[in-house]
Amino acid sequence: MQTPNVHKSRSFPWHILVFLAPAVIVYTVFMIIPLIDSLRLSLYAITPDHQEVFNGLNNYVVLLTDPRWSAAFQNAFWNNVKFFIVHMVVQNSIGLLLASLLVAGGRARSVYRTLIFAPTVLSVVIIGFIWNLILSPLWGVGEGILKAVGLGALFAPWLGLASSALTTLSLISVWQFIGIPMLLFYVALLGIPEELMEAARVDGAGGWTAFWRIKFPLILPTVGIVAILTFVGNFNAFDLIYTVKGAQAGPQFATDIMGTFFYRTFFGSQLQLGNPAMGATVAGMMLFIILAGVAVYLFFWQRRIATYDL
Amino acid sequence: MTATKPVSERLPHTHWLERLAPHFVLIAYCIVALFPIVLIVMNSFKSRDGIFSAPFQPPTAETFSLIGYETVLGRANFPNYFLNSLIVTGVSLLLILFFGSMAAFALSQYHFRGDVIVGLFLALGIMVPIRLGTIGILRMIVSLNLANTLVALILVYIAQGLPLTVFILTQFYRQIPRELTDAAHMDGASEYRIYMLLTPLVRPAIGAIGIFTMIPIWNDLWFPLILAPSDQTATITLGTQQFLGQFVSDWNAVLAALTLAMVPILLMYILFSRQMVKSVTAGAVK
Repeated sequence: MQTPNVHKSRSFPWHILVFLAPAVIVYTVFMIIPLIDSLRLSLYAITPDHQEVFNGLNNYVVLLTDPRWSAAFQNAFWNNVKFFIVHMVVQNSIGLLLASLLVAGGRARSVYRTLIFAPTVLSVVIIGFIWNLILSPLWGVGEGILKAVGLGALFAPWLGLASSALTTLSLISVWQFIGIPMLLFYVALLGIPEELMEAARVDGAGGWTAFWRIKFPLILPTVGIVAILTFVGNFNAFDLIYTVKGAQAGPQFATDIMGTFFYRTFFGSQLQLGNPAMGATVAGMMLFIILAGVAVYLFFWQRRIATYDL
Repeated sequence: MTATKPVSERLPHTHWLERLAPHFVLIAYCIVALFPIVLIVMNSFKSRDGIFSAPFQPPTAETFSLIGYETVLGRANFPNYFLNSLIVTGVSLLLILFFGSMAAFALSQYHFRGDVIVGLFLALGIMVPIRLGTIGILRMIVSLNLANTLVALILVYIAQGLPLTVFILTQFYRQIPRELTDAAHMDGASEYRIYMLLTPLVRPAIGAIGIFTMIPIWNDLWFPLILAPSDQTATITLGTQQFLGQFVSDWNAVLAALTLAMVPILLMYILFSRQMVKSVTAGAVK
């Protein structure tokens, strides 16, 4: 261990304080304290005359067991799980496929990469509206494309139907964010030395075998990072559902996820008054879910997979 | 195909197909990724009839129309939204990079009591989304009389952007050879002077972090909606969202508004994309 500033050791290291203070203060005041305050509020009940009364874990019990709350909470939670599964299965596997093709893409690969990543930099509001228009039966563009490939009969107003709205929204989000797993996988694949693949080829391994037996195990750390980023992002999502479906997350809450449920609980909606304490409780549950995911990643995934130093 | 044949004899057979297949899939996916965007931009320059009767055709002499843009620029406060976004994103970004680089410099260069704890404390925000503290943030902003101000957004975005910035920059400052700092100390440079000397050396990292921090701030809907929803303080994302909600049935205006909201960020993206990907690649491969 080096101590670079021994010669000044006796005096108080003011410069360290000066360097750290702005970041620590802004971060603490506008992120950590509000988070703690929000968690504290989730342990209180607000009386009709706006007094906060300590309520223990009662709000959480109500959220999980009182039928007036638990049905909505479970609906939002399971919808969110579905939203996440679609991302994991569709977004991350296509992302991996595109990344592995990019590595073989030769000189044009920077062009492909740039184009495929483009939707990712746009606002979710814009993406939501674009797809809302394309899938609208009024405009008929979506239907027109399906007809062109002979699948016109399949068309339905997917965003409007309770049975397909959530899947459609998940796929829109997949379409937008596929650039992120693609880029992360691409970078990981680039890090694999060419000699290793050369050796595999000499040993007679075909492209498919070589990929799953050699490349995939080597990029497992990136698979974990992509999974946890997807998890945190999905359980914190809000903008897309709000833009396309509004705070009511219709039809009949079929597209309600934790973020929209949180927003509605806190701010209220046409059907209910806003409830800050219950809103804070929903946020507390979201924090718990996200931390549980992060814990699984840190203690199971990261510990168990082998990392190879290349 | 037998494995005993030498590699050189087996390769040429499958070569042309194996070479073309990735391009085929990648080009197909590029079309999937870009088609919706192109469709919107193209139709924004057409009359209502043109939009509905031939959505897949580029504007022709008969269908060309700028009526949508006239509506958007005439009725909405778009220049103001744009300016708000520029101020919020620009100021937040500058302060994130300034505060973040100072903290990262201190964490990488000095050993002091609690240095690990400060590092972990700041890293907490990488995984915990700041949105979960929204209720606390709103109460604090209201008590500070900052509701419906751009300052409120800037303060929250700084807090949001700092954790990852500090974490990544700390790694980069650590890679700077010790001899450089020692030599500066010999010459009697102050700690602040050394910060000024070392920071240009991590410039590539600062560039990449800048781009990746900027995009979510520019695109955010949540905090503008909750902390500064007034028309005066609306950012381009919130302003577009509200405009689109009001003008749903005016297709010309909707398409024009979408195009206007997309173009600046796409132009910037194209300008910086090479640098952006390069820095990610460099950071990971090293």
